[in-house]
Parts: sequence; C-alpha cells; structure tokens
Amino acid sequence: RSKQWYQRRVREEAKFPSDYLERVKTTHEKGGYGSTGYDYDWKVVEAQKNILRTHTTAVSARMLYKIAQQPEFKPVKMFSIDRVFRNETLDATHLAEFHQIEGVVADRNLNLGHLIGILHTFFKKLGIEKLKFKPAYNPYTEPSMEIFSYHEGLKKWVEIGNSGIFRPEMLLPMGLPADVNVIAWGLSLERPTMIKCGINNIRELIGPKVNLNMVQDFPICRVNKA
Amino acid sequence: MPTISVTRDVLYERLGKTFTDEDFEDECFDFGIELDDIVEENNVVKFKIDIPANRYDLLCVEGLSRAMNVFRDRMIVPKFTVVPGKEKLIVDDSVSGVRPYCVAAVLRDMKFTEESYNSFILLQDKLHQNIGRERSLVSIGTHDLDTIQGPFTYQALAPEQIKFQPLNQDSVMTAPEMFEKFRQTYLKPYLQIIEGKPLYPLITDANGVVLSLPPIINGEHSKITLDTKNVFIEVTACDRAKCRIVIDTICSMFSEYCSTPFTCESVTVESSSGSVQTPPMKYQTMECNAAQLCTKGGITGLTPDSVADHLTKMFLPSKAVGEQVTVEIGPTRHDVLHQCDVEEDLAIAYGYNNITEQVPNLNTIGAEQECNKLSDAIREELARAGFTEVLTFSLCSRDDISTSLRNGKALEEAVQIANPKSNEFQVVRTSLLPGILKTASCNRKMPLPLKLFEVSDVVFKSEDTETGSKNQRKICALFSGKTSGFEVVHGLLDRIMLSLSETNYSIRASEESMFFTGRGADILLGTEKIGHLGILHPEVLENFEISLPCSVLEMSLEPFV
Repeated sequence: RSKQWYQRRVREEAKFPSDYLERVKTTHEKGGYGSTGYDYDWKVVEAQKNILRTHTTAVSARMLYKIAQQPEFKPVKMFSIDRVFRNETLDATHLAEFHQIEGVVADRNLNLGHLIGILHTFFKKLGIEKLKFKPAYNPYTEPSMEIFSYHEGLKKWVEIGNSGIFRPEMLLPMGLPADVNVIAWGLSLERPTMIKCGINNIRELIGPKVNLNMVQDFPICRVNKA
Repeated sequence: MPTISVTRDVLYERLGKTFTDEDFEDECFDFGIELDDIVEENNVVKFKIDIPANRYDLLCVEGLSRAMNVFRDRMIVPKFTVVPGKEKLIVDDSVSGVRPYCVAAVLRDMKFTEESYNSFILLQDKLHQNIGRERSLVSIGTHDLDTIQGPFTYQALAPEQIKFQPLNQDSVMTAPEMFEKFRQTYLKPYLQIIEGKPLYPLITDANGVVLSLPPIINGEHSKITLDTKNVFIEVTACDRAKCRIVIDTICSMFSEYCSTPFTCESVTVESSSGSVQTPPMKYQTMECNAAQLCTKGGITGLTPDSVADHLTKMFLPSKAVGEQVTVEIGPTRHDVLHQCDVEEDLAIAYGYNNITEQVPNLNTIGAEQECNKLSDAIREELARAGFTEVLTFSLCSRDDISTSLRNGKALEEAVQIANPKSNEFQVVRTSLLPGILKTASCNRKMPLPLKLFEVSDVVFKSEDTETGSKNQRKICALFSGKTSGFEVVHGLLDRIMLSLSETNYSIRASEESMFFTGRGADILLGTEKIGHLGILHPEVLENFEISLPCSVLEMSLEPFV
C-alpha cells in the first residue's frame, strides 16, 4: 500500500551524521524542543530505506541542514523545480513521475503574513491574482495552508498549491536558531500548465506520446498574461 | 487524507441549521476540511468530507458536528469524565511477541439508533484504516457487555487451540479454519498481520467465551445490536501511543449517547508491568504568552481574552490570566504536540484570510545551479540547430535499457525498483535513449527528417553516496530520416563542443553492439569516454518499432558543469 518506490539495495550502514540522527530519534520517541513527540520506536532501518522521493521537500530539508551547519546563520531564499515520484493509480491527470515547484524562505521571525505576502507576489508573476487560503495538514508544517485561486473559465476556486511553516521538531534538531522560521510552498508543474493551456491528458505534456507538432507550434508562453 | 461519509440531514440536524451546498462548502473551507463530493445513496443525500489525517476527532458525524458547533459558538466544549468501573482485563506476557498492547473501556447505558450504530461501525473502520494502518498497528473490538463476564484475559495461543464462532458465521471454527474461509473475503488483507506467527492474540471472558481474535474478527457471541446498552471496548495494538489515541477517540466520540453524556467507565488493565486504569482520557494544560501565540500567525490587535476565546472555539478551552493564556488540551486533541499546533488553531480561528500580508524584508541575491544554467543554454543551442525537445520518463523497463539496446551490461549499473507496479517501472534509466526512441516511434507521422533531443538526468548505482545512487546530466539527440544521418549527429557533436569552448575531444571506433557494425564511435574528452554516437543497429530499431534509419548521440554534460 506504499506510496513510495523502494530502491532494491538497502545499505546497512548509511552515512547519517550520528549526533543529528540521535536528535531526530529522540524527538520522535520522547519529544523535545517543546514537543511531546510521537512516543513510538523510531527505527533507523526505515530511515535507511532508499526511495524515489515523493516530494522535493526531502531535498529542501537537506539544504536546511547544510545551512544550519554554518557557523553563522544567514537568511536564504531557495527554489527548486524537479522530478518527484508517486506509486499511485495512473489516470488522465496522474502519472508515476511529475515535477514539483518549491520555494523556501528561511529568516528570523517570519510568520504567516510573510508567507501569504510572498505567495501573492509569486502567483501574480504567473498571472494569478485572486487567492484564498485554507487550513490544511502536513506532518512537517504547522501552520499549513492550501492555496486556492479563482479560475475564471471553470467559475470556481481550484487548489493550486500547498504551503506552511516548518515545524520546530524538524528545524531545531538540525541546529537552526530558535527564532528562525522557515516558510515554504509547493505546487505541481503539470497541473497549472494543463489548466492554463487547456490540456486534459497529462500524457500530452510529458512522455513519449507528446505530439511533436504541439511542441513545434506552441506560442511563447507568457505566464504573467491571462 | 481520510474521507468520511455523513448523512447530510443528520449533520444539519446536529448543527442546528441547514446550509446551501455552496455555503456549506465555504463553512468547511474556513474550518479546514473539504466537501469532496455529494452523493445520493438509497435516496439519502450523503456528504463525502476530506478530514486532515491528524484529526481523529473529526472522523465521525458526532465529532465533526460538535467541533463545527464549538467553532461557531453554538456549543460549549464538553468535559469528558472517567468514572472508575469494576471490570478488569488481564494482559498475559504471551502477547508480547505478536501484539503487545491492550486497553479497554466501558460505555454505560447507551442508546443506539440505526444511524448512531452505523456511525459507530464506520468510525472503527476509519480508525482501522488510518491510524491503525489497516489494522496492522491498532485494531478495535466492541462488544455487548451484558453477554459476557469479566475478568477478561488477553493472551496469545497456538492457532489450533483457538476455537469459536466468528461474527456472522454459523459454526464454530478453529483459527486455521477461519483463515482459510476468510482468504476469500474482505478480511484477506488482514490475515498476514498475524499469520505465520507461533501464537495468535485472543481476548476471552471469565467463562472462556471468545470476544475477539485481534486484528481479524470478533466473536458472534458478544456482538453489538441496536438493543445493546452497555458496550465493552477493547483496543489491541503494536504501538502504545496509537492504542491510547484510538480508545480515547472512541470514548470521546460516543460517550455522548450514554445516559450520563460524555462519561465513560474505566477498566483496570493488569499486566506484568503493573496495573493501569484505561482509557487515559487525559487533559494537559499549556501555559503560553498571548502575544507570542499571535506572532506565528502574523496576528495583531488581539487581547489575551480574545486569544482565549478564539482558542476555545477550536476545542481548546482557554482562559486568560494577565498576559498569559492557559490552554486545555483534552482527549479529542491528540494532534497537539507543540505550541505551534496551538498557534495554528489560533490563526484558523482568526481566519487565514484576515491576516495582513507582508513581504519578507529580506534581500538576497538569486542564482541558478550551474548544471541547470548550462543545461538550459545547451537546450537553446540544440533547438537552434533544428532539434525538437522532448521530456520523457525516468522509470522504464529492464529491457528498455538493456536487451532492447543490445546492451547486456546495463543492468549492473542501474538502480532497480523493489516494488514496481508494472514492468514500465522496473528500473531508473541509465540512458536517455529509450525515451527518445519511444517518442520517435509514437511520432512516426511527423515530416522527415525527425530531429529530437533531451537534456535530462539519468541515474547510476554508486558506492559513494548515502542513497547508493547518483544522478548524471546527459545530452541525447536523435536524427531519423530517409538517410541514416551519421554526419548530422557528428556535426551536432562538433557544434556542442564549440558551444562549450572545448577542443580537447575526439572520437574513436566503438565496439558497442547498439550500433551498426563499423558505424559507432566513442566520444572522448582527453582520454576519458564521456559518450558515444552512431547509426543504430536494425535490431534496436525493431525493438522500439522504428522503421527508418536513426543516428543518435548521447553524452554526459557533467564534465563541463
């Protein structure tokens, strides 16, 4: 029932930084940093399993850890647009692999107001101005917000992304200062493209069945124009 | 995320008002749930509502309506009490190897209606599926207490020793017999949770009557009917925290139907590690600074009293004392782990869409990763040379990278998938060729010559990385037409090297069976092979269902990054 793709070879001694591993394990098992934790037996064997990533947040976490190892914290803004993998049922709008866009801002004292502000700025560049935010749940963000935009053609609010502020249990074991908040948001690349270009089947956009005439004849994509 | 099905009219009755579909959608939006679908089953309108995965208290109409009523000040947060009961459950050490944890509770003097009875079953299903991880971590058994007699025993026995009449069956069976029968039913997926273990878990009463064989099936003897007044709940688990969460959830959701609403009775659970009263139904308090609670949400202008009122609306009864707020976290809110969970609830009550937007006051200098910057530049060059870009899948079949390309050794360096859903997803590609060849095959009606390219990652096994694998950015180009076009891909190679300001490269004859004999070449950067080009062997063309000659070029971009 797993949503993940497992790589066949599982290595027994993965090279995790041992002090970081201890902090992560303790936070899950007993809590810490103001959290009650999950109160279960965290297993390193699970952490060692190599999988094809289901979201690029896995890589953002690595980047944040690297930033936390620097002697002095410097605020960052990072983005990535890259491939992710899901072991789910395939249909007209779902493939086993697709692309995610992710943005991350790490600075002292960021809050939801900043996240909402940067989301408005980001989506305006994509020609989307009318946004609404809905409470959501991700295990690694709290608060979390789903982002909805009003689609003039479909005459309804459509979900276009997910966002939130990373949980202290994720950031503090990395060694980031306590007043550093990390806001992040993500969306898929294919879905908004399909909506914008009026494409109904995702296989017309990625994979061998893409119509090459479409690729050759497609006009310049002016995302900020309606 | 879990989806629950609630009868619209039952929900509206409990909310004390009706909504238009659009208004109810908006109500759900503000609260943080989503009305996914409206269906009609047997002339009854049902709402399918998406619930956040960490909100076990919203998984039935009872909990959902209560929370929505409190959210809109239509109801006060109920206080749940546990009165000491006289029932006892003994946990034998024999269960430690199969399903170690067990807790129990009693709901006294219940009044079921058909609606609430169905809701009771549905909640157990949802808890089984979600927090119970399809019963593997937690499972629930509910029983008519008046048909059984304590003290109860939870122990593990050899399968052949287990003999009882399972729910909805008309004869007594041994556990092995039951398993054979259930293999043909909806219970099949749960059998493997305990099958093969030397001992199976079992709950029995003082007279040896079997209540249940967790996590598979309850006994027919103690089954609950619409007339049941006193309910005995047992929860068994492999995870102690989830075990407690599940029993707290059932008790807090359904104790409203007891003659003393929101009261449940404890059961003494005795084991070799001591004696405890369950269900826990604990209350925690969190002392927070009101202003500090507002900062994460970017909320301004709330007094501590307002903060307390907002939190109370979220089922977190709170009181302001000076600048501090004391927040009560009860047994319906196991999702609260840290102050940030309370901060989120405050922001929800305040309304995310009421928060003033600000842009982070942060100046940074942006840049692209060199590999991606170079890849984009190369893509431009290739397009200018008249090649059309393709974007193909990184997962493919084992054959795609090996036998179809006449390359027997490819699988040795490829990352293989342990659980492929089909043979389209057996390996991660080590070459861009299969994707580009499949594209050529699907587009055979295009005017000739066909000129395609892709600049993307492939993946190889690696000893040097934590993940055991390493990505490599490659360039791949294909020419297909009435002629083979070797000179075209060779010219393209020269063009690419010119664009990269590289002169220290050469080609030499290749032995690879992928190419037509004598028509394949290795690309060398200095003395190191970084790619190859040539006319494809007819067998390769046949494997990919291409009828015209093709020349290809594939090389790594990594040395130039």
